[in-house]
Amino acid sequence: MKFKQITTLSLAAVALTASNFAASQTLLNASYDVAREFYKDYNTAFTAHYKKTSGKDVKVDQAHGGSSAQARAVADGLDADVVTMNTTTDIEFLASKGLVVADWAKRFPNNASPTTSTMLFLVRQGNPKAIRDWDDLVKPGVQVIVVNPKTGGNGRMAYLAAWGSVRKKGGTDAQAAEFVGKLFKNVPVLAKGGRDATTIFLQRNIGDVLITFESEVVSVDREFSAGKVDAIHPSSSLVTENPVAVVERTVAKKGTAALAKAYLDYLYSDEAQEIAARHALRPRNPAILKKYAGTFKPIQFFTVQDYFGSLGDAQKVHFNDGGQFDKLYTVK
Amino acid sequence: MTLAFAPAAALVSPDARQRPTRRSPKRVLPGFKLTLGYTVLYLSLIVLIPLSALFFKTFTLSFEQFWAAVSSPRVLASYRLTFGASFLAALVNVVAGLLVAWVLVRYSFPGKKIVDALVDLPFALPTAVAGISLTALLAGNGWVGQYLEPHGIQLAFKPAGVVIALIFIGLPFVVRTVQPVLEDAEKELEEAATCLGATRWQTFTRVIFPSIAPALLTGFAMAFARAIGEYGSVIFIAGNMPMVSEITPLIIIGKLEQYDYAGATAVALVMLVFSFVLLLLINALQAWQRKRSGAPA
Repeated sequence: MKFKQITTLSLAAVALTASNFAASQTLLNASYDVAREFYKDYNTAFTAHYKKTSGKDVKVDQAHGGSSAQARAVADGLDADVVTMNTTTDIEFLASKGLVVADWAKRFPNNASPTTSTMLFLVRQGNPKAIRDWDDLVKPGVQVIVVNPKTGGNGRMAYLAAWGSVRKKGGTDAQAAEFVGKLFKNVPVLAKGGRDATTIFLQRNIGDVLITFESEVVSVDREFSAGKVDAIHPSSSLVTENPVAVVERTVAKKGTAALAKAYLDYLYSDEAQEIAARHALRPRNPAILKKYAGTFKPIQFFTVQDYFGSLGDAQKVHFNDGGQFDKLYTVK
Repeated sequence: MTLAFAPAAALVSPDARQRPTRRSPKRVLPGFKLTLGYTVLYLSLIVLIPLSALFFKTFTLSFEQFWAAVSSPRVLASYRLTFGASFLAALVNVVAGLLVAWVLVRYSFPGKKIVDALVDLPFALPTAVAGISLTALLAGNGWVGQYLEPHGIQLAFKPAGVVIALIFIGLPFVVRTVQPVLEDAEKELEEAATCLGATRWQTFTRVIFPSIAPALLTGFAMAFARAIGEYGSVIFIAGNMPMVSEITPLIIIGKLEQYDYAGATAVALVMLVFSFVLLLLINALQAWQRKRSGAPA
C-alpha cells in the first residue's frame, strides 16, 4: 500500500515536471562570482526579449562560484547550458574535455567575449603615496594588495598586466620579470580571491594600493566606501576578456541548443551592452562604450596575445608549479 | 542449594572447556557478524570508497611526477606550516582544554551551563565565519590588533594567525574528551591519597593525571587531526604567502585551480598517509599508557 502510494506520487511528480518543461524551458548559466548582479539584470531583459520574439517563456537559473571552480563543476556533471566565465582558460579546459566545441572562440563575435574588463588600481583617499602608474608600485615602502595568482584569475590578470606594462614600454621579458619580482616583494598578503582582496584592503586597512578588475574598482567606489578610496588608471593595462560558450553535452541532452545560442547572442545586443556598461563591464559596442566614457576612461591597452601567446601559454610559463611565479618565492 | 547448582555447572563446564579449541568462539553478545558486516559496509561507503578514489587518481601519475608534485619547495614549506601549526595548536589546547574541563567538572558556579555550551560553539560555527572574525579582531585595525601592532606584534596574516585559528577550532575536542573521564574519576582515590600524606601536586601527578592521560591523548589526536585538514578559518587569517604562510590545503586548491587534479590528489594523499601514521602512533601511545597505568583497555 505504502509502496504503491509512493510510486503514484513520484509518477505524478515526474508528470508534473515534464509538463513544466513543455510549458517553459529552463536554462542554467554557470558563471563567476562577481557577475551575479549583471546576470540578474540581463536575465530579466533576455526573458522579456525572448517572450516578445518567440512567444515562449523561458526561465534562466544562475549558478555562481569561482570561475574555475564553476568550470570543474560543469566538467564533473553540473548540467549548465551555457558557461559565462572571466578567463578563457576555464572554457579551454571544458573544450579539452569535449564539453564545449574546440573553436568556441569563433562561435560568437569578438573572441566569444561580449564584454571585457581591465586591471586598475585602488588607492587610499587623496593618494597619499602618490601612486600614478605601474612604476610607483615597486617603490620601497609601498604595500600592494593582490590576489594570489595560484588561487584566483584576478591575481593572474594583475600579474600579467604588470608584466605587460613593462613590455608595452619596450622592455624585455627579463626586465618584466625583474619588475614583477620587485612588485611581489611589496605584497604583504596574497588574497584568496577578488572579494577577499577588497576586504583586506578596505576592512582590514592593509596596503596602499589594490590591483583588481575595473568592475570591482567601480563597484567598490560606488557602494562600499565612496570617498574613502580613489581609482587610479595606469598609463597602460591588460584587456581581460569575459568569454562565453554553449555546453554541448547539456544542450544535446535537454534540447536547448537554439535557446542557449539565443541567450548568448543577445549579450551583444544594445540593451545587454548597456546593462553591462552599467555594471562596469566594458561593452564591445563602441557607441555604448563612448556613452559611458565617464566610467571607462581611455587607457592604452594590450592583450594577452600581444606578449604571452595565449592565456593557456601564460598559464604554463608563469603560473603552473615550478613556473615563473613560483620562482619569485623559491629562487633567492 | 548444592543440588540446584550441580547440574548447571555440569552443563556449562564441558562447553567452557571446548571453547578455546573452537574456530569461531561463541560470543556472549549476539549479532556480531551482522553488526560487523554493517560497520564494514558503512565505513566502506563513507570513508574507504572516496579515499580509494583518491589513490586511483594519484596512480595516473608516474612516480617522478608524483614526487615532483609532493616535494616541491612550496609544498614542503606548507607541510611544515600545516603540521607544525596543528601540533602547536593541539598542544596549547591540551593544556587549556584540561583547565576548562577541570573547572567545568570540579566547581559549580553561576552561569556554568552557559560556559559549558560556549565550549561547543567552535564546532557549530561555520569555519569561514571564525576565520573572518579572528582576522577582523587581530588585524592592525582590529579590536585586539590595534594594541598589539605598536609593540611590533602582528598576528593576522602571519603563521601565528594560523595557530590561533587552529586553537579556536580544536578546543572543544580536548574539553569534550577529558570532561566525562574527569567526571567518572573516583574522588575516593584522591581522598585516600590525601589521607596517606600525598601533597596536592603528588595527588595530581600520581592519581588524577594517569587516569585522564588517555583521554587527553585522544583529545590531542582529534584536535591535531582536525587542524591538519582545516581550510575555511585559516585561509582568511593566514596571509597565504608562498613559503611562509601557505597551508597544505591551499596548495591543493591552488593545484585544482590549474586543473591539476592528479597533482592535487597526490598532495592530499601525502597528507592522508602522514595523518594516518600520526593517529596510529597516538593510538599506540594511548594503549601503552593504559597498560602502564593498569586501567582496563
